[in-house]
Amino acid sequence: MNEPAVSVPAHSAVDHQTVQAATGLPARRKNFKQNNLVGYLFVSPWIIAFLLFGLIPIIISLGLAFTNFDILAGGKFIGLDNFQRMFFQDIRYGKSVDATFRYVFISVPLRLVFALGVAVLLNTNRRGVYWYRAIYYIPSIIGGSVAIAVMWRQLFGREGLVNAIIGSLGMPTVSWFGNPNTALWTLIFLAIWQFGSPMLIFLAGLRQIPQELYEVASIDGANGWQKFLRVTLPLLTPIIFFNLLMQMIAGFKVFTQAFIVTGGAPLDSTLFYSLYLYNRAFANYQMGYASAMAWVMLLVIAILTGISFRLSSLWVFYETKEA
Amino acid sequence: MQEALILKRAKQRSEFRNSVVYHIVVLVIGVFMLYPIVWLFSSSFKAPDQIWTTVRSLVPQEFHFENYATGWQGFGGISFATFYKNSFIYAGLGTLFTVTASALVAYGFSRVKFVGRNFWFAVMLMTLMLPSQVLLIPQYIIFSRLNWLNTFLPLLVPRLGGDVFFIFLIVQFIRGIPIELDEAALIDGCGKVGIFFRIILPQIKPALVTAAIFSFYFTWEDFLGPLIYLTNPHLYTISVALRSFSDPTGVSNWGGVFAMLSLSLVPVLVIFIFFQRYLVQGIATTGLKG
Repeated sequence: MNEPAVSVPAHSAVDHQTVQAATGLPARRKNFKQNNLVGYLFVSPWIIAFLLFGLIPIIISLGLAFTNFDILAGGKFIGLDNFQRMFFQDIRYGKSVDATFRYVFISVPLRLVFALGVAVLLNTNRRGVYWYRAIYYIPSIIGGSVAIAVMWRQLFGREGLVNAIIGSLGMPTVSWFGNPNTALWTLIFLAIWQFGSPMLIFLAGLRQIPQELYEVASIDGANGWQKFLRVTLPLLTPIIFFNLLMQMIAGFKVFTQAFIVTGGAPLDSTLFYSLYLYNRAFANYQMGYASAMAWVMLLVIAILTGISFRLSSLWVFYETKEA
Repeated sequence: MQEALILKRAKQRSEFRNSVVYHIVVLVIGVFMLYPIVWLFSSSFKAPDQIWTTVRSLVPQEFHFENYATGWQGFGGISFATFYKNSFIYAGLGTLFTVTASALVAYGFSRVKFVGRNFWFAVMLMTLMLPSQVLLIPQYIIFSRLNWLNTFLPLLVPRLGGDVFFIFLIVQFIRGIPIELDEAALIDGCGKVGIFFRIILPQIKPALVTAAIFSFYFTWEDFLGPLIYLTNPHLYTISVALRSFSDPTGVSNWGGVFAMLSLSLVPVLVIFIFFQRYLVQGIATTGLKG
């Protein structure tokens, strides 16, 4: 099998459009008349689904956030009580926020460092690179499954493989799930192990960097590390930013792994936000409170996204388009 | 002459050394990546009482294929045949619905001009930022009022609207197809619908394959949806069934558990081996999470 031409379709599409924009030609020629009926017919599946399963639920959810709704007993309007309870009374809520932030801000940078390091390693024409790339990606395609989460739990269990290896090296075994710090780290390891998607995106970005830039840098006497710092990293910043944002948002939503591997234990040290929200809504049936939690999550993600975009102008390098 | 030859040899030697170092480094990382998975599959062939006593060995002393038979019997009188049937219904229909709808919607957004097109496209991309947790509870309330709990409807019906990631992927792909093809078909008397079926659909097959594979993966591995909506064990999909089956307080037959864990990964891995080219491309073009 040949090397796939990574991301060529997307890019040729972009070029096609920018060319049209630059030459002043209309993107759609004149014989492509407006056709409202046909247009809406084609996109109607999405619009109808969005209204029914997106917009209406969002409105309901916002309403529920100000009630003490319970699926069994119903509920009534309680103003800001849910939020007051969340921020000032619910100790577990605080722990859950703490665990989630720890997890996101440790695992996302580590995952991206691994992804970038391996992508740089694989960005060569050496033999076998195609297969290495596939092998590194395998954990990512199965990593979200229950089977892998159960496997991870057994790997780090008392009699698990990790302790067996540690023991055979003569070191004392660790009660991974008995200690709040190590329990969180088992989930962080699981996240790092799945660096495949950002790795592939980095690889596609590395392939786009013009080879001439490296040649010029060589003539100027730059060594490999300097080339990485001065050429590769600056040109990759838009992709680093994209990966950082996507991985951060995904990190806040992690559920299955925590649910299966640790269940939030010990001492709520891995009680991730999504897990706590699920427990409140579907184990305690406090759907009003859980809806309020979901809205706080939405706002936090929105604010962090906004901050990320603001800060990005300080370090993300966008190539200016040449005329 | 002599000196040039010596220099050339030295250069070849250092290149060879670099190459060896490179492959060792890359292979060692690869071993770390695959070790847990190999351990899982290897444990599924070990005698149930030896899984934890020979935890470090990757090669079973003898192969106990009967783990797969004992595991297959499942729990509570329900065998894994039921769970696989349920998972294939969910993943099969879910993928069919998602990909079909996504292709139609993508065509509408990329090749038909209509009032409000840009508005709806922007709204669609914005929904990507919306955490699904916000929708979870109201959707559950709606579906429970419709008496859809313990059916596949809550999992399947929303997929009739397509999936934003796949719509975006296919839109990008359609934009790469020369518009002249559409124009030629138009002159030949083809309408918008005809152009979709005769011109666009045959061209976007690679994008559809990519979308289908990811959609299958997402539904096959989906846990939260079935966990909430399917509480009747006869309707359990593989992921929910595996969770109950491997409950650490209740497991006696670890051989069977490891066998069923391994088996659930087989469809995913087989698809990966045959179609990995499409997956790599899909991620590179859309930044799809995997």
